[in-house]
Amino acid sequence: MKFKTINKMKLEFESRSVNEAFARTAVSAFISSLDPTVEEISDIKTAVSEAVTNSIVHGYENQIGKITIEGEIKENNKIIIKIKDKGCGIKDVQKAKEPLFTTCTTGERAGLGFAVMESMMDKIKVNSTYHKGTTVTMEKIINSKDNENV
Amino acid sequence: MALKLEIAPESITAYLSGEIDHHSASYLREKIDDVIEKNSPKELTMDFSAVTFMDSSGIGLVMGRYKLMAETGGVIILTGLDKTTEKVMKIAGLEKLVKIQKGGK
Repeated sequence: MKFKTINKMKLEFESRSVNEAFARTAVSAFISSLDPTVEEISDIKTAVSEAVTNSIVHGYENQIGKITIEGEIKENNKIIIKIKDKGCGIKDVQKAKEPLFTTCTTGERAGLGFAVMESMMDKIKVNSTYHKGTTVTMEKIINSKDNENV
Repeated sequence: MALKLEIAPESITAYLSGEIDHHSASYLREKIDDVIEKNSPKELTMDFSAVTFMDSSGIGLVMGRYKLMAETGGVIILTGLDKTTEKVMKIAGLEKLVKIQKGGK
């Protein structure tokens, strides 16, 4: 069964690390109408923060580019968040998703960004074209509010 | 993001507060490493009671300090983790490397 979209948003900002907090806070404000629990909000903020940090550190390699976030709320309390960059793209998505794999050489990035996103959300999809950019799409059903449509 | 350090003869306690992400982690890393290098403590306690948000940058922060402490045989204790913070730490299997003390918030 296909569910109708009840709300949408689009956000664009520069790939500066100070915007990591802005991005996750903006997304948590967007989904607040679904009355999520504190834990659901934390999970979503964490997943958004991971994806945005990946775009900043890996996609744009700390140069300034644009990051876009699209949010969608479905009738069945499902939220869909798309985080897009036009950075360098990922050569091998499978490899990048492996826990502990990182291209970072300073030893301060754990290589667990995708593992964290996967554990916080119901579904994660990564579309990446080498040299063109990466889009991470994540979905989660918010359970806290009674769903009258099911 | 704020940090308060308590330095005893053989141990250091780092009281972290606010949001830990890639943006704030480098500041914390520098400050904590500085006192570890100056004091070579046997024990580093990282108190997360006042942390309001943490992503995998927090894992990097703990893992990096674990490596530094291990060089001199020191240990790390984590305390004050909430549900989500503990979930993130466990994705990394950090409970095998450091001691997680219960009874936080």
